Amino acid sequence: MPDLTLTANLEDPDAVFEALMDAHRDLDPAASRRLDARLVLLLANHIGSAAIVRQAITLARTSG
Amino acid sequence: MPHQPPRYPFIPPNDPGARHPIVVVGGGMVGLTAALDLARHGQPVVLLDDDDTVSIGSRAICHAKRSLEIFARLGIGQRLLAKGVTWNTGRVFAGDRQVFVFDLLAEPGHQFPAFINLQQYHLEEILVEACREAGVDLRWSSRVVAAQAYRDHVTLAIETPQGRTTLHADWLLAADGARSAVREAMGLDFVGKIFRDRFLIADVVMKAPFPAERRFWFDPPFHQGGSVLLHRQADDVWRIDFQLGWDADPETEKDPERVRARVAAMLGPDVRFELEWVSVYTFRCRRLEKFRHGRIFFLGDAAHQVSPFGARGGNGGIQDADNLCWKLDAVLRGTAPDSLLDSYDAERIPAADENILASTRSTDFITPKNEAAHAYRDAVLSLARHHAFARPLVNSGRLSRPAILAASPLNTPDDAPWNGGLPPGTPAADAPLEDGWLLDRLGPGFTALVFGTSPTALPEGITALPLPAEGQAATRYAATAGDVVLLRPDQHVAARWHRTDPAAIAAARRRALGHA
Ligand SMILES: Cc1cc2nc3c(=O)[nH]c(=O)nc-3n(C[C@H](O)[C@H](O)[C@H](O)COP(=O)(O)OP(=O)(O)OC[C@H]3O[C@@H](n4cnc5c(N)ncnc54)[C@H](O)[C@@H]3O)c2cc1C
Repeated sequence: MPDLTLTANLEDPDAVFEALMDAHRDLDPAASRRLDARLVLLLANHIGSAAIVRQAITLARTSG
Repeated sequence: MPHQPPRYPFIPPNDPGARHPIVVVGGGMVGLTAALDLARHGQPVVLLDDDDTVSIGSRAICHAKRSLEIFARLGIGQRLLAKGVTWNTGRVFAGDRQVFVFDLLAEPGHQFPAFINLQQYHLEEILVEACREAGVDLRWSSRVVAAQAYRDHVTLAIETPQGRTTLHADWLLAADGARSAVREAMGLDFVGKIFRDRFLIADVVMKAPFPAERRFWFDPPFHQGGSVLLHRQADDVWRIDFQLGWDADPETEKDPERVRARVAAMLGPDVRFELEWVSVYTFRCRRLEKFRHGRIFFLGDAAHQVSPFGARGGNGGIQDADNLCWKLDAVLRGTAPDSLLDSYDAERIPAADENILASTRSTDFITPKNEAAHAYRDAVLSLARHHAFARPLVNSGRLSRPAILAASPLNTPDDAPWNGGLPPGTPAADAPLEDGWLLDRLGPGFTALVFGTSPTALPEGITALPLPAEGQAATRYAATAGDVVLLRPDQHVAARWHRTDPAAIAAARRRALGHA
């Protein structure tokens, strides 16, 4: 089973970060939360594997 | 006219202090099913129920294909099918838009549909009649108030219209529902999770233009912020569930005028209807740690409770009865050791956990627990409106499926590879035969499906059912000529082979009967 990628994998990190910021511009906190939820679900579906999604959830929870 | 419940008379018993081989406590859908099954196996059964009638009001309505197959084995499948409303399709809406349609029985060639809807009182009335015909000793207005367990029997104190009596049972089946008196008397914990939500259940009588399918709305314009579920039942009765939220006051919500206004907002001004029943529920998921306690078995809601999204309560309970009764019969006949009865726990506890997991997930989707859960739920619904990938995430209830007893100690594992089909532990698949249905051809004992060859002599206690090596049956079992599939009395696969090996078949039967 492949593992969650934890080496730097983004082709253009600054551009991706900027795109995320742009997406939230003008949104109130509730709308932002809904947007993030949609985003997570889109990306989770792209990943497909429940095991990898769970690894990401665990890391997100323990890296706070 | 609203349903008139039958009244079953109290007949004063003439056997106070008697000892009976089998006593069933509780004449609900599960206790009646168990009593009927045991009686059809030839066992004498006494059934005690605290009431003098069937289930009152609107409770279980959706009865799954597997339950219907079990009822068919018990001789009432066709009656239920004729009385119930057949459906296979579910439709889910979010806001004013449809987001999801599912077909629960996409393939033809089954005697029974994915579901019928039938009021619990109709089912129980049919079960009571069948129990009577099968010779069950039905004792109404007989409330069990105390139970004392001994090594080889159970003593019951029973409250009747003529005062208190005592009975002894070699074996006790406790099917006395979510508030089980037997469970209380035994001091057993029944812990789990309560959902902080309330649901208004309304049965309305109307001639409506909706097709017979399950319809579920999240946040519809006519009930903003809540969910609504619509089902058609027999006799032009429709069931509507409105999600009210935890803060709703049950008494206020039951006010008929208020309910009528809700229903009218949903159906529009032109549909005439009458209210037949209104109740407000909260739901919980919980189970006993073990279902067998010596000579006592817990079945149905007495053993486990689920929220109704998924119709897993009653359907799960029917499978409990199906699982237990042939085993108890075999032990009473001396063909199986007492330890066979431990497999009731080994097989039905995982099944109950599966039902609890599925209905908990559905209820958590329908009733988000916090802001984040709400955001995710809404995210799923809005994505589902635009993108097919999100539709499987929409959870309005994952409807009851038969348990696959994959980890059962009674299974004999495959000794050769199979290209699909039904692995040990799976309930038998139905299939059309030249002259009827496969499941109708199974007898009360063990059956060996023998594909393509004329059966050679099979071991004692096994009936052969020869089947063609081509056609739907062979396809469903992934069988080719020479294959053999051994079915238990409850129609679950015990073992399968690519050859006829009488010694292996006899060993698998022994294993399925709990011989070490
Ligand atoms: C709103 C709602 C909708 C549901 N929808 C579905 C559905 O669509 N499909 C489905 O499969 N399930 C559904 N369920 C669940 C289903 O109703 C239960 O799982 C089912 O009734 C359990 O059957 P039972 O025989 O174990 O218990 P019960 O039906 O509760 O029967 C228990 C019986 O025991 C008797 N009794 C109780 N105490 C004593 C005593 N001390 N002595 C003697 N007798 C006693 C009672 O009178 C009763 O007859 C629904 C439940 C609700 C509330």
